[in-house]
Amino acid sequence: MLTGNERRKDILIVKLEGELDHHHAGEIRESLDELLEDQSIRHLVFDLRNLHFMDSSGIGVFIGRYKTISKRGGQVCITNINPQLARILDVSGLYRILKVYSTVEQAVDAIRGEANEHEK
Amino acid sequence: MNMKNEMKLEFLSRSQNEAFARVAVAAFAAQLDPTLEEIADIKTAVSEAVTNAIIHGYDNPNEYVQLITQIYDDCVVIEVIDHGKGIEDVELARQPLYTSKPELERSGMGFTVMETFMDEVEVISAPGQGTKVRMVKYIKNDAAETERD
Repeated sequence: MLTGNERRKDILIVKLEGELDHHHAGEIRESLDELLEDQSIRHLVFDLRNLHFMDSSGIGVFIGRYKTISKRGGQVCITNINPQLARILDVSGLYRILKVYSTVEQAVDAIRGEANEHEK
Repeated sequence: MNMKNEMKLEFLSRSQNEAFARVAVAAFAAQLDPTLEEIADIKTAVSEAVTNAIIHGYDNPNEYVQLITQIYDDCVVIEVIDHGKGIEDVELARQPLYTSKPELERSGMGFTVMETFMDEVEVISAPGQGTKVRMVKYIKNDAAETERD
């Protein structure tokens, strides 16, 4: 489930914990979409440190939010993934559209870095 | 192949049973002393098969999903059975990204995940008669080797 969120300017950082399967996907999707109603959010960073299990139901959740964020010209980043998550992401091809970083800080720095590049 | 142990479960086709099913199979399969990665693979594949039975097989929370797990010397054989709608075209259903329910934001990767994480996946289905997914996972640990000797 979604256990916390934090705003840093136009970046929304959300924490997912526990298990992301079909049973939990609906609730997580609704919570995310509610947060993303705020149009000033441009980028989304997932902190998955305490997400212990995910199956292909999670892929749908990530792709759906990617569609929303990419329309705003933003990025979706995932951080702190365990090996089981890494394999699911690999199989699904999600690595091609999501950016993966070791930590939330690295993801935020990368998003800021690209934003600065644009301004130059 | 010599079957060493077997368990059979039946549970209602409700989404909260997805976690129960994968944890039950993982606990039973622990007898073969699998690695953490092998256990994660089994849990993920069972989760996919059971979710399919619940969403696609029945789409009705008052039917029963059957789960049979057999332990052999070097592998776990898992069958997930529903007596629901069945699949018209199994080949099509197994294609990556194919989903009959895009409105539910299903990714269509369920069978692909099962095929990637398990060593064998067989799907037996007929419209109106239900679906059986039979999966085999070989456990490549030292304990299984020793016991075979």
